[in-house]
Amino acid sequence: MVGIITYGAYIPRYRIKTEDIARVWGANGAEIAAGLGVREKSVPDLDEDTISMSVEAARYALARRDVPRDAIGAIYVGSESHPYAVKPSAATVGEAIGATPVMTAADYEFACKAGTAAVQTCMGLVKSGMIQYGCAIGADTAQGAPGDALEYTASAGGAALFIGEDNPIAEINHTCSFTTDTPDFWRREGQEYPRHGGRFSGDPAYFKHIQGAAHLMLDQMGTEPADYDYAIFHQPNAKFPQRVSAMLGFTKEQITPGLAVPRLGNTYSGAVPVGISATLDVAKPGDRIFVTSYGSGAGSDAFDITVTDAIESDVFDRSAAPTVEELLANGKYLDYALYAKHKGKIVMQ
Amino acid sequence: MSVPRYWRKQQNRYNLKGNKCETCGRYFFPPRAFCPECRRDGKIVDYEFSGKGTVRTFSIIRTASDDYDMQAPYAIAIIELEEGTCMTAQVICEPDEIKIGMPVKSVFRKIVADGDSGVIVYGTKFVPA
Amino acid sequence: MREVAVVGIGLTEFGEKWDTSFRNLFVEAGANALEDAGMSGDQIDEIFVGNMSGGRFVLQEHIGALIADYAGLTKNHIPATRVEAACASGGLAFRQAYATVASGMQDIVIAGGVEKMTDVGGSETTDALAGAADREWEGLVGATFPGLYAMIANDYMNKYGLTREQLAMVSVKNHRNGAKNPIAQFRKQISVEAVMRSTLVADPLRLLDCSPVTDGAAAVILCPMEMAREFTDTPVKVLASAQATDTISLHDRRDISTLDATVAAGKRAFQQAALTPKDIGMVEVHDCFTIAELCAIEDLGFCAKGEAGKLTEDGQTALDGSIPVNPSGGLKSCGHPVGATGIKQVAEIVEQLRGEATGRQVDAEIGMTHNVGGTGATVVCNILGV
Repeated sequence: MVGIITYGAYIPRYRIKTEDIARVWGANGAEIAAGLGVREKSVPDLDEDTISMSVEAARYALARRDVPRDAIGAIYVGSESHPYAVKPSAATVGEAIGATPVMTAADYEFACKAGTAAVQTCMGLVKSGMIQYGCAIGADTAQGAPGDALEYTASAGGAALFIGEDNPIAEINHTCSFTTDTPDFWRREGQEYPRHGGRFSGDPAYFKHIQGAAHLMLDQMGTEPADYDYAIFHQPNAKFPQRVSAMLGFTKEQITPGLAVPRLGNTYSGAVPVGISATLDVAKPGDRIFVTSYGSGAGSDAFDITVTDAIESDVFDRSAAPTVEELLANGKYLDYALYAKHKGKIVMQ
Repeated sequence: MSVPRYWRKQQNRYNLKGNKCETCGRYFFPPRAFCPECRRDGKIVDYEFSGKGTVRTFSIIRTASDDYDMQAPYAIAIIELEEGTCMTAQVICEPDEIKIGMPVKSVFRKIVADGDSGVIVYGTKFVPA
Repeated sequence: MREVAVVGIGLTEFGEKWDTSFRNLFVEAGANALEDAGMSGDQIDEIFVGNMSGGRFVLQEHIGALIADYAGLTKNHIPATRVEAACASGGLAFRQAYATVASGMQDIVIAGGVEKMTDVGGSETTDALAGAADREWEGLVGATFPGLYAMIANDYMNKYGLTREQLAMVSVKNHRNGAKNPIAQFRKQISVEAVMRSTLVADPLRLLDCSPVTDGAAAVILCPMEMAREFTDTPVKVLASAQATDTISLHDRRDISTLDATVAAGKRAFQQAALTPKDIGMVEVHDCFTIAELCAIEDLGFCAKGEAGKLTEDGQTALDGSIPVNPSGGLKSCGHPVGATGIKQVAEIVEQLRGEATGRQVDAEIGMTHNVGGTGATVVCNILGV
């Protein structure tokens, strides 16, 4: 059965509080933080980007469980902030984890669900016998225009999931997707910041597609929300996943371990992969996990996952890399000026 | 520096790939084609360093060259790798945190970018272990 | 090998010389040297010129021919060679000239050094100077040149307990000497407080610990001792000229705050001259940064490792001390036109030994120079005497 062989997350150490952003724009920080359910977010260091974070996440995964590097047959990095518009992040990751040259690679874009699209591709390559191991990464140094609502939540981070059939720590029982052409959030080539449709990105976008994919999954698996121990949804803020999970019939307890957004912000392509990592950090053999990602444009990928005994066996050392909780702890707080410098928002000569 | 030069030593920068002289047992990072001790008698083989080491000496760079200026002030150090050889690298920490003898471990970071349209050079920096 | 004498010296003023071009700097220094020797340019057999980076600073290579041309000597088709060892380029030029005369290959040879650093902006200068260290494994990872010497300083302070004030005293002493040197870039005295208040460049080094960016040129004329009195009543004999290398990168050194190349070149020079440090009456050392002067004093053998700070604090390296160091004002006060420094050091010792160093005269019969390239990858030491 194809599944997750190992996983690793990476979150930069800098943070900025919602209220420190709000202050600059003359807004009420406490209200905004409460409204979004996000009180702070991660900020990349000046020398971090999607490639560096992807490498660190992949290396953490391999620290937990080494995989023969020449057996890694594919690497896909999904992001909205690839450092190059042309030159694949995946190739650099491959070089940095010793998987080159015998492998295929490409970069993916599908707004916040590029990482899960990468997982599906790796599943197909593994299941068909074309590769032994695949590496799917979702990572972003997300952009939010100054003064825009997205600025409160656009954060940095990501996670790497290695996919294979050889004694996985979690089996992926099924995946299905729901995709339409929906312009809820976009960024034109060459533009610095994305634009979005405001309230349009709610019901016709996030909620329609997550529910679409989730219902497909529940129908196809013949399951109900109560059959799952954990549920992870895309988290552009805390309110949307709380609402959609309730609409679908999942409980607060099921979604809590995978809900990093209140302290992390929205890592765009990293959001669901980090949510999966946070859940695997605490999951036990036999736990069943329901995942539905969302990417604007628009689409959702759903996964039905069962944790195996391997997660607590000798082949896998969960403590060999930091958990999401450990990565979230001990953040270094920046004021807006330093935040702007880190995010390249200051026009330099 | 130039694109081929950045590319040529990529593996070395990314993965701390150096080499070792099997004849005398010395380790080299950066890599050397020739062992200074054994020269033509030395048998050189590839070696990938663990990335663990300690700070042998350091400074905080306050005035950097243009491409690095945004990051200033930053700590630069000579790291003694656990295998015994030394290399120069940035250490990512607060200026008042770094000390001679401090244990460090390697991380993957951007080293420098050639402006907004040139290549981005990645490599190894260190953090307190 | 026959005995060699310095019979003429010439310098330009050191500083930001906006009106003077690269080639005219050298011509000026060379002409001054010929004037000093009472010699015609036609008598010069060969030219050696030290220059670190004409290529980066003035986009000019082929320096030897350029200099020969603008000195008006290509009509004689004079052999002219540019030598380079970063900041020790001048020292290299001197030693090459000395060897050419000592071996009998030529009779009258001019050894000069020149650097024009201000035609490019500060950032380009910093980047060009970084070529003195390891571009690939020091510069690329973000180690600036002051940063490398600052790492030497931190290692030294950690081992020997040097205080920040003692380090500052090196600059103070050199400015005091330089104030009496008509060619020096900075002719003002400074205080320890001023050094300690100046901007941090790379901890612990501050702006006033660092030698400046300077334009300038220097030239000296050598000939066999037996010919010297045709040109001067005060020939100065070259007693030794020695050179040594060490690893290009600081991280490959045996000991971070000992320049083994200084130790080697110094020993070779003393051996050639059959002298010891006790015989030296004054020494021009390579104080590109204050810490470099302290290491030089120790590594040449004038005191034990770790004691140069105290030696400085006690005034022993002042003009009236037991071992005057940098009577010219050093690199700090004179300025450091990179390729010219090694020659300027020789010119200073010659001026001193002739008794012509007004206002900063040291009473001595034997002097030494010490010129370093990079963080100590090349060192040239010369000993001169009357």
